[in-house]
Amino acid sequence: MTVGLPHFLALSAIVFCIGVYGMLTRRNAVGVLMSIELMFNAVNITLVAFAHYITPQDVTGQVVAVFTIAVAAAEATVALAIVLLIYQHHKGIDVDNVNIMKW
Amino acid sequence: MDTFSLAFFVLAFLIVASAIFVVSSKNIFHSAIFLILALSGVAGLFVMLHAYFLAAAQVLIYVGAISVLMIFAVMLTSRIADKEIRHTNEQVGIGLLISGGLLAVILYSLYNTPFTISDQPIAEGAGMTLGRLLLTKFVLPFEVVSVLLLAALIGAIIIARRDTKTGDSVPPRPIPLPKSLQQAKGESES
Amino acid sequence: MVSDFAAVAVFLIVGVGFVLFTLLLSKIFRPSDPNPIKQSTYECGEEPFGPSWIQFNVRFYIFALMFVIFDVEAIFLFPWAIAYQSLGLFAFVEMLIFISILLFGLAYAWKKGLLKWY
Repeated sequence: MTVGLPHFLALSAIVFCIGVYGMLTRRNAVGVLMSIELMFNAVNITLVAFAHYITPQDVTGQVVAVFTIAVAAAEATVALAIVLLIYQHHKGIDVDNVNIMKW
Repeated sequence: MDTFSLAFFVLAFLIVASAIFVVSSKNIFHSAIFLILALSGVAGLFVMLHAYFLAAAQVLIYVGAISVLMIFAVMLTSRIADKEIRHTNEQVGIGLLISGGLLAVILYSLYNTPFTISDQPIAEGAGMTLGRLLLTKFVLPFEVVSVLLLAALIGAIIIARRDTKTGDSVPPRPIPLPKSLQQAKGESES
Repeated sequence: MVSDFAAVAVFLIVGVGFVLFTLLLSKIFRPSDPNPIKQSTYECGEEPFGPSWIQFNVRFYIFALMFVIFDVEAIFLFPWAIAYQSLGLFAFVEMLIFISILLFGLAYAWKKGLLKWY
């Protein structure tokens, strides 16, 4: 059995689903963000694996992955700043208690 | 089993094990440490896929910068000493169901999809090609990224520094005295 | 080129193995006789008080986020530098625009006094 594209995709799917589980069940807002970073990484693995196995002469998949990393960094900075603000207002970052957006 | 497969399975085990620790660890600081391990494993996968530049970017941005940000956020917000706080909400069952179902669906469709693996050789000098693509075909997204980063920088600064005024020095927080010293202080005052 | 990374793998294995081996060795040979005074944190003769997990200043976070943003900028500089020879003036102008947009962010942070510590 040689490792090929399906193995990378399966690994990516597993990491993505672990991220989904963490995002749904974590109470700590920083923990939710960590799960989202895991999901970003799973997507990056998929992009690079497809670029390597299906279009080896073209690196477009890698370019898109670079953009994904940049967007993830921007997302992390703003989201963690919001977490800090929530902490100052609510004296805690339990996402179950943050319901100010609820009508 | 050849070296490539061995390296893949070692990295896969490392990534999956640390990802599980990230979502299930009771201590959020340990989660951050395991996140760093998982992200380093992904950098190893990028090396295996001949994406050397992406591996370097992964180490520099994820391992070097985003994890630092995560750890700082943990230090700034969590009271880690409070061990009795539950770290998961009531949706553990539903979460397991949804993520397990999603995994089953993805693996099923993966199993039934025929992929056309290209037998062309891998392009040499991918870094050069990547740079050229970035500045020709993707030049507009390239510039938009800088606008996005600018917006993120200014937005995050405005959100994070609401409490302190410009240039003002923040007074240091009073450190609580230990119990023995507090008693001694009370006796000397009374 | 992938095989070049075998050296990295060897380094990793040797590094991790060395640390684990040393820790295991000291675990086997050291005497274990704990008492409360030995287990307290050593603070240079001072009696330790308060939790070791203190909350620190939000300013650390501001510096960290500026570091992240300019780290991403640096990542975009690398492929540009590699492809610069074959692209010429156009690439130069594009990168000038890229950097000058981000300079606004730096100027904003500077004007708000965020680059100074107190």
